[in-house]
Amino acid sequence: MRTPLFLVICLAVAAAVFAGAVAVGNDYVFFAGYVILQYVVLSTAWNILGGYCGYVNFGSAAFFALGAYSTVAIYKLIGLNDLPHIVPIPVLMLAGGVVSGVVGFGMGYLTLRLRGAFFAIATLALAVVLQTLIVNWDFVGGSRGAYILRPEEVPLIGSYIKYLFLVMLLLAVAALVIARLIERSRLGYGFATIRDDELAAEASGVPTLKLKLIATTISGALMGMAGAPFPYYIGYLQPSSTFGLDYAVNSIAMPLIGGTTSWVGPLIGTILLGSLQQIATVTISSAVNLLLVGVILVAFVIVAPNGIIGLVHTYWQRKPDDFVGRRRVETDAPGSVP
Amino acid sequence: MHAGLCGWVMIFSFDLLINAVVSGILIGGFYAAVTSGVSLSFGILDIVNIAHPAFIILGSYVAYIVNTTLGIDPILTAIVMTPAFFVLGAGIYQIYYVSFEKRGQESLRGLAFFFGLLFITEVSLVLYFGVDYRYVEAPYIGPTWHLGVVGMPLRMLVPCVVSLLLIAGLQLVLTRTFIGRAIMAVAQDQLALRLMAIDPIRIKRIAFGISIATASLAGAFLIIIQPVEPSVGREYIGRVFAICVLGGMGSLPGAVIAAMLIGIVESLTSTFYGPSWAPAVSFGFLLLTLAVRPAGLLGR
Repeated sequence: MRTPLFLVICLAVAAAVFAGAVAVGNDYVFFAGYVILQYVVLSTAWNILGGYCGYVNFGSAAFFALGAYSTVAIYKLIGLNDLPHIVPIPVLMLAGGVVSGVVGFGMGYLTLRLRGAFFAIATLALAVVLQTLIVNWDFVGGSRGAYILRPEEVPLIGSYIKYLFLVMLLLAVAALVIARLIERSRLGYGFATIRDDELAAEASGVPTLKLKLIATTISGALMGMAGAPFPYYIGYLQPSSTFGLDYAVNSIAMPLIGGTTSWVGPLIGTILLGSLQQIATVTISSAVNLLLVGVILVAFVIVAPNGIIGLVHTYWQRKPDDFVGRRRVETDAPGSVP
Repeated sequence: MHAGLCGWVMIFSFDLLINAVVSGILIGGFYAAVTSGVSLSFGILDIVNIAHPAFIILGSYVAYIVNTTLGIDPILTAIVMTPAFFVLGAGIYQIYYVSFEKRGQESLRGLAFFFGLLFITEVSLVLYFGVDYRYVEAPYIGPTWHLGVVGMPLRMLVPCVVSLLLIAGLQLVLTRTFIGRAIMAVAQDQLALRLMAIDPIRIKRIAFGISIATASLAGAFLIIIQPVEPSVGREYIGRVFAICVLGGMGSLPGAVIAAMLIGIVESLTSTFYGPSWAPAVSFGFLLLTLAVRPAGLLGR
């Protein structure tokens, strides 16, 4: 399928989703849907670095929060200068994307020489450093948090949450199109070589450092864009919840549950896990829904290492080669030689 | 009068400095205990056990339960509980081995597995105990020893001393016993180990069990030093890995030096700049170490 056609189909699906949400006629649908869409963007962004390149990023929350806090900074700046007009969300998204993209680039640059696990730990460290900076930065509220006044109505669309939902829906479509585009381009093949064997890729002339920098930048920028409208959604932004581990664990769990090799994986994982979480939050409690994520994540990585996509693949095309392959891997594994 | 004031300020800040350094060393001793487990699992076995702090919190809660119901000393409880933690660790390694190492998928999915474990442990504790801070009672928690201007709270001194004993013991086991040497060998050459008729998986299982067993003690130290609630563990994730990497991965003496260093720098930062900046210090250290000298201070 060509990309323009894919884009059209995505937009049609998005329009159908929006029409469906409007048809329900309850604003709660938009509030719940916004969170799920936000996770579609986050998990797709995570997958560009984690799934395609094989570099685990534990710092999703940091990039998300950077986007959110760049919005707060802009909001405060406008308040300071007494400007009447509110900046449109897409502009804020762009700003958040640029900030997070730059930080993603910087992180990639700082950790270029690190092997997988060290990179993962470095991203975790980065999240804490950024959180400390934000906590100590009084202009954006510091540890007390910041209030953002949400306008009541938006012309043409209606209630503000509807508008936020629509913007996030479009961002989700954009993220999916970008992920699919990367997957099928030279860039994507380059990423795959990094994931499979970085040393061999480097030796055969793949510019691994450059590719990794591109991946960290794109992934970071998308996460920042997902975070930018968040202050308007939540109304009160606080460092400890914005940098919360929930974002990190969800943006890892969703692609892994869906399957990391293709753009569909994060989407499926997010829709499943995201809806499940929304239901669990309402019917049980928000603590239980995090437990649920943890248990499902562990169960999936053990039982279905390639996620739902992997399960579907093995179900549809059970090739005899697979069994041969598996047996070979087992005899190669340490400990099986007597 | 002006000169007098200056002198007073000098003495005051000098006292402050000495006290900050001493408390940094004491907290560093505790950090060393927290890190020793990670030095074993991450440094020697290459298992990125990001859930280690969660097991430490588990250790804290075990000490808390026994202390409040039976009134037994937390450190004693922790020592008695080490076999249980060892078995837990060995079990987790078995799952990890069968599901990830054997399939060669430890890098991405193994990490996610431990991340999930971290979450499950933490949220289970939250669901059972709530998010209230819990603390223990012990005779050494209140008093402070004074040596001149230096104050040493016993609740810091006792964990520091026991922790250094623990690490000295671990180092002796690693360098002097057969199992210990086998653990060191498994990091270097599994095939050679197999050729000597030693099962590397068994050795790794034991090593990971020991690594989780140290979490029992570290957990008891933690709840002696400060009140504990389930999400406290997250603060230690970056810190322990920072110390482990800074100390040169598998090296226990390196970990002690790095732990003291980070303890001192953190304590100085929170004394002179405010406690809200302290977390950034160790992580900043980690980022710098990773960028500049990934092999650590006493690296292999």
